[in-house]
Amino acid sequence: MSTYDLIVLGGGPAGYVCAIRATQLGLSVAVVEKDKLGGVCVNIGCIPTKALLHSAYVANLVAHDAKGLGVEVGPIKTDYGVAMKRSRQVSDQNSRGVEFLMKKNKITVIKGTGTLLPGKKVKVGDDIHTASKAVVIATGSRVKGIPQIGLEINKTTVISSDEALFLDRAPATMAIVGAGAVGCEFADIFNAFGTKITLIEALPRIIPIEDAESSDALTKSYKKRGIAVMAGAKVLKATVGASDVTLELEVAGKAETVAAEKVLMAAGRAVNTENMGFKEAGVQLTDRGFVKVNLATLETTAPGVYCIGDVAGPPMLAHKGSREGTFVAELIAGHKPHPIKYDNVPSVTYCHPEVASIGLTEDQCKEKKLDYQVGRFPFSANGRARATNDTEGFVKIIRDKKYGEILGAHIVGGHASEMIHELAVARENEYTVEEVDLAIHAHPTLSEAIAEAALDSMGRVIHT
Amino acid sequence: MATKVVMEALSPTMEEGRLVEWKKQEGDVVKAGDVLAEVETDKAVMELVARAGGTLLRHAVAAGTTVPVSQVVGWIGQPGEALGDGAAAPAATAPAATPVAAPAPATGAVPAPVAAGRIKASPLARKMAADRGVDLSRVPGSGPEGRVIRRDVESAGAAPARKAGPAFTDVPLSMIRKTIAKRLSLSIGPIPTFYLTTEIDMERAADFREQFKTLYGDAVKISFNDLVVRAAALALIQHPACNAWWQDDKIRYWNEVHIGMAVAVEDGLITPVIRNADLKTLRDIGTESRELAGRARDRKLTPDQYTGSTFSISNLGMFDIEHFTAVINPPEAAILAVGSIAPVAAVVGGQIVPRRRMRVTMSCDHRVIDGATGAQFLKTLKQLLENPVGLQS
Repeated sequence: MSTYDLIVLGGGPAGYVCAIRATQLGLSVAVVEKDKLGGVCVNIGCIPTKALLHSAYVANLVAHDAKGLGVEVGPIKTDYGVAMKRSRQVSDQNSRGVEFLMKKNKITVIKGTGTLLPGKKVKVGDDIHTASKAVVIATGSRVKGIPQIGLEINKTTVISSDEALFLDRAPATMAIVGAGAVGCEFADIFNAFGTKITLIEALPRIIPIEDAESSDALTKSYKKRGIAVMAGAKVLKATVGASDVTLELEVAGKAETVAAEKVLMAAGRAVNTENMGFKEAGVQLTDRGFVKVNLATLETTAPGVYCIGDVAGPPMLAHKGSREGTFVAELIAGHKPHPIKYDNVPSVTYCHPEVASIGLTEDQCKEKKLDYQVGRFPFSANGRARATNDTEGFVKIIRDKKYGEILGAHIVGGHASEMIHELAVARENEYTVEEVDLAIHAHPTLSEAIAEAALDSMGRVIHT
Repeated sequence: MATKVVMEALSPTMEEGRLVEWKKQEGDVVKAGDVLAEVETDKAVMELVARAGGTLLRHAVAAGTTVPVSQVVGWIGQPGEALGDGAAAPAATAPAATPVAAPAPATGAVPAPVAAGRIKASPLARKMAADRGVDLSRVPGSGPEGRVIRRDVESAGAAPARKAGPAFTDVPLSMIRKTIAKRLSLSIGPIPTFYLTTEIDMERAADFREQFKTLYGDAVKISFNDLVVRAAALALIQHPACNAWWQDDKIRYWNEVHIGMAVAVEDGLITPVIRNADLKTLRDIGTESRELAGRARDRKLTPDQYTGSTFSISNLGMFDIEHFTAVINPPEAAILAVGSIAPVAAVVGGQIVPRRRMRVTMSCDHRVIDGATGAQFLKTLKQLLENPVGLQS
């Protein structure tokens, strides 16, 4: 039995960041983690997939571009097993990095599954730990299948990202159910390692939360690479065999059949709220299963118990969870943190070309009946992009006509994930398109396309 | 030879007309009866129509120019045709051949704040503030380090505040204002004054003053007159037409609000000025008005303390005067005469109850202010004094 100012349930990107910020503010903190520190993100999510995507990028570069760039390498051979092992090393390094950060900040890490008890107490094994100030729930989320249509994850033929990340060879064929960020990233990875991919999305287009133009650009790019894209496709029935799966689909009123060695389930995630004493401690859930929080404070229905990250509600993104972690740490330490701007969380899909966005899509602007002007600039007109063979994609900026506010920005291109932050900073500080243009952009850079799109939204584009 | 287009007498009393806008451009083919231009007369904006068909060969005067009746304003004929008399010197009759637009700020340039010191505000907040007439120096910022951000401007937008920009705007007399000035000065001259009176319920204002006393004690006193000064300043922002100077050939509409306050002195009267009264809190107005009145009685006012007012207030309430009219302090366009606050039998909700009421009378220079304009100002003033919560901030 020990007492801390703050106990954090979960050592993922929301929980461990919360713990570090709280110790910076002088609180004593314990983090309860049943598995490796860093959570899904570091171990079976963000980080290892980025490692694999880099392998995929190099495979595509060598196979398709190298010769034209003057580097001939002969016939190429890819090995998913090697790429997977490297991705594990990257994950382990990152997890150890989080461990180091916990030690450096003198944060107690309690191994095991924590159970919340009433009165800001947490039980781990036989030990009961007390939080004098607050408990923060950061228990995250996990993959899920769709048992209703016979697609329960069996870890052999019907798998999730958890298994895909540990395969030692790329399957010959794979159907991916769900074309959000996870589905699209795995389509890119396995396609580069020679798997014949069918990417299936129930909504009318892939990456459905992104702008329609981004979806179109990625669809075109994938089709060019031989990825079969089936959007607006409903999985009616799945027949799971010992070594393959047959999916019966309905696409635009027509029946289709897809057979694949493996089906990768990438349609949503389930949050971790079960068997941890939430209900008994007075922590209520929403209709959708997330922990119910006061959006201004992230406090749950149990006084002194806060909730952050995936389990607190969408968007289920590591960087959103980390921000919430910082926010509640400051709040609990008695500071007045700036409110979180949930409408300014960047969204990134790390396939090639990358897709990144912030703010509203054009369709959302239409729905809200906003008076807007779109500015666009294609990378095919950008010198740096031509020099590096990264001419796919564009920058699109949606400008409010009255004040020049950046309502939304969408980038498809080789380094979209890095470039989006110029617009995140702009929006956070309420810069308008004019300030974006006035900031001088180095030449030649891909970022010039952002300045040009800003100019285009004012009818002043220079280079098209 | 081409046909002249002349400024026609579009009303029986019209002596000159201002060509507001050309509806046909040089080179346009016109037929008889087509509208060539819009002309503002002493009564209204009317149409100048073509008396002959052909091509509008030339505009002799630019839009915005005032020309006497019968003067040539253009020619209609066949392309290449000689224009004839007067064509050589169109510029002489068109002093505004190149219409001089007010210097527009460069796109994207943010006007520097009027207040001293740097105001921390986001570019978006600055644009919204400029558009909505919100004074950023008066908006409390909720962003990092007190930076003014969008939501601050949005929540400040409800309170009236003067527009950012120059101290005043000069507007040349329109034909109708010229006529009003000329005709009314003949009737009552040289300043054709009219009077508007309204009665204001001061019950809430009295309560407000009591609350103020409870909160701040004797350290900061505010008088009824201070409430009237603040209410007038805020009302003037909403009705800039009453915050103006008659300047013979133009009217100077003030963006700044400087309230002159008539103070009786031993052998006469002087009006010390509370500058930028709209930007000052009640407490500031209270402190300043007492200090200025003291200096006035001690004859210690410096010239800048008694000149430059844009609107004046004369209060004889303390002498138990129920109602009076004050004499306009030129070049100001109006003065407000404030009477005593006295209990009267008023009908409230069907019952006769005693209410403290105050009668105010505004003297207006009709060359600047029309009856309806003055009445709207008084209505706002009345609303503010009857709902004194609006006088705070």
